[in-house]
Amino acid sequence: MSNIPDSLRYAKSHEWVRIEGDTATIGITDHAQAELTDVVFVELPETGRVLAVGDNCAVVESVKTASDLYAPVAGTVLEINAALADTPELANDSPFDEGWFFKLQIDGEPDTAHLLDAAGYAAEIGEA
Amino acid sequence: MPKRTPLYQQHLALGARCIDFGGWEMPVQYTGIVAEHQAVRTAAGVFDISHMGEIWVGGAHASGFLNQTLTNDIGLLAVGESQYTLMCNEAGGVIDDLYVYRIANEAFLLMVNATRISADLHWLEYQASNHGEDRSVKVENQSEQTGAIAVQGSATPLFIGELFHGDGLISVKRPGDLVKNQVDAWNFGTGEVYVARTGYTGEEGFEIIAPNEQIVALWDAVLEIGRPHGIVPAGLGARDTLRLEMGYPLYGHELSEEISPIEAGLGYFVKVDKGKFVGRSALMKQKDERPKKKLVAFKMRDKSPPPRQGYEVYNNLEARKDLKSIASAGLKPQDTDPVIGTVTSGTQSPSLSCGIGMAQVHIDRAREGTAIDISIRGKRYPATVCKKPLYKKQ
Repeated sequence: MSNIPDSLRYAKSHEWVRIEGDTATIGITDHAQAELTDVVFVELPETGRVLAVGDNCAVVESVKTASDLYAPVAGTVLEINAALADTPELANDSPFDEGWFFKLQIDGEPDTAHLLDAAGYAAEIGEA
Repeated sequence: MPKRTPLYQQHLALGARCIDFGGWEMPVQYTGIVAEHQAVRTAAGVFDISHMGEIWVGGAHASGFLNQTLTNDIGLLAVGESQYTLMCNEAGGVIDDLYVYRIANEAFLLMVNATRISADLHWLEYQASNHGEDRSVKVENQSEQTGAIAVQGSATPLFIGELFHGDGLISVKRPGDLVKNQVDAWNFGTGEVYVARTGYTGEEGFEIIAPNEQIVALWDAVLEIGRPHGIVPAGLGARDTLRLEMGYPLYGHELSEEISPIEAGLGYFVKVDKGKFVGRSALMKQKDERPKKKLVAFKMRDKSPPPRQGYEVYNNLEARKDLKSIASAGLKPQDTDPVIGTVTSGTQSPSLSCGIGMAQVHIDRAREGTAIDISIRGKRYPATVCKKPLYKKQ
């Protein structure tokens, strides 16, 4: 069974988002990292890039395949996790903590209606 | 409905993640590609290769027939020996790459790619029907009734002998006595199985070919006796990273009916002096004229995404500074910076911790040490053409 923290919101495309004030932190779920297997490279958006919901904004590469990442909320890229450049396996080992991907500055109240809570995501991946 | 090997239930019980591979539901990994790769490089791993095809060719003139159908020289094989070889069309394009095992003087076992079984059979039967007045050659497809496992890694000679009792039925005493490319048969359970010192990983190792009914018992026994030596089940993912580190071709990536063995850098396995064979004149011409493109192995120079099949190859921007000046003269980039090749396979090398791959490139950029660029999602990453194998045991 995957780890699915209650405190986060989830996109059907397997990103998680943590909203604190006007900052959204984004990464990939435990289920996603397990499906991808050994992550060997992460391509992150440039800081300052403005993202709309659903924008293709990062790429996760495992030994076997490259997978796209989509912005779960809109905002401006504030910071990227530089540690992923040298230790991309953080995405496998610590997907909700040290393996975060990037932070967005959100403008006003974020649109999260399309996001799932932990129970909804568990159902989505057949682990409810 | 995908096809499944006799080991499907074993794979599920071992927690395998399965994928479609040419119509077969095969394990891509059990615990993880990197861990399985490292186990094979440092100890041992066992692969299910039952999806591969087994075609027997026999009859009074089987050796003569095969020598006219395959590119390597069957005459070099004594009974109990095997060789890597290619089956080409008249234009020199590769119908399949395969291993041919000489089991008896005029009985050969061809181990072929799963995805090419029907193409191979079609071609072999067509060639047999053209083989002069001689109708004695028999081509028999045993793929459905035959399975195989690959037991690979430096620890495997230490325990392979425990699988079988008694002497080999062809020439050697114990499986561990087999030298590279040698094959023998042992009794196992109620039947005979073939054990060959061959593989696709660059490590010491054995391939065991057996009737379907024996495969589960063999697999279980290998995992049992190999356990003290650190054996793990390994999937197609590790099989691919291991073969790529060695620069071994994979049909459908490095080889096709449009690519010749010469272009694929496999000229060693084309024996043009052995006499007439299918594709000979086209291949001789290529050997003489120097092909326009060549398959090379390469390593990414810096940190980069892993290269993958289909990515375009360019001249290295830094090494070709003249490109910038030409660009500043107002010429179109495509005039001065053409695509010089295509990646045929690529991955992140677990042993070297960098991106590696093979690419079909223009002959002028095929020399070892040549700097090239791989275009990944529109961005260029430098790479270096390298000698095969990319990985060498310390």
